[in-house]
Amino acid sequence: MSVDLEHYLIVGAILFSIGLYLALAKQNFIGVLMGIELMFNAVNLTFVAFSRFVESPNPLDGHVFVVFVITVAAAEAATALALAVLLYRVRDTINVDRIDSLKW
Amino acid sequence: MDDTGTVVAFYVLSAMTVGSALGVVVVRNLVHAVVFLIVSFMGVAGLYITLSADFVAVTQILIYAGAVSVLLLFAIVLTPRGERGNSESFLRLPALLLALLVAFTLGYVAIDTDWVISDREGFEETASVIGEALLDKYVLPFEIASVLLLAAMLGAIVLVRPETPTEEAGE
Repeated sequence: MSVDLEHYLIVGAILFSIGLYLALAKQNFIGVLMGIELMFNAVNLTFVAFSRFVESPNPLDGHVFVVFVITVAAAEAATALALAVLLYRVRDTINVDRIDSLKW
Repeated sequence: MDDTGTVVAFYVLSAMTVGSALGVVVVRNLVHAVVFLIVSFMGVAGLYITLSADFVAVTQILIYAGAVSVLLLFAIVLTPRGERGNSESFLRLPALLLALLVAFTLGYVAIDTDWVISDREGFEETASVIGEALLDKYVLPFEIASVLLLAAMLGAIVLVRPETPTEEAGE
């Protein structure tokens, strides 16, 4: 019994789907952001798993890519949560179902 | 990767990660959802360690379990009259279908594809190699990332600054 690449890929797939469901179905803006963070995590896990198992001349390039993804995710989280606070100030709600000014 | 310790660690950490991610979905209180999310991030960091990715694991704990979850909690407490609930919108059923479809497709591709597996052992140490790669081969993306972080920081400050700075004007 051993742990192979496929095991990690399946964990990543499950984590990505949970994040996708959260991002699509949650009413709360912060819940949507949590889903997006989970999806980032799933993709990073897949990167590291490939970097560990797959034949490559520079296997650690996957880790460098993950570091960049984490950087961009941190920047995204900071701006998105600032947007949430701003949205709350203007509309007094962070329920994405009630932010429908563009609907006619 | 054949020793039982790694196998047990993998299954325990996977159960912890996926279980607390499901907890984020089902729990009804937003603050509890953030706590579950932190546990899930910790589980992913543990999975990185089983993949012998020490630097990425430490970065994961510092950035995700530390910074991002604190940002999420800040956003929750800065919106006091917003809803604390964590309920689903009318898109619940289509989102569930799409998520299941994505999970099955990705899982099928992962199992069905014939990956080119190398037989090398786990990495001895990753931090020094990553550091050299960041300042040598990937120096341009590295600099762009620093500019991006600066822009994000300035953007967040400008966005949440009060529109009429009254106290600050006197200083």
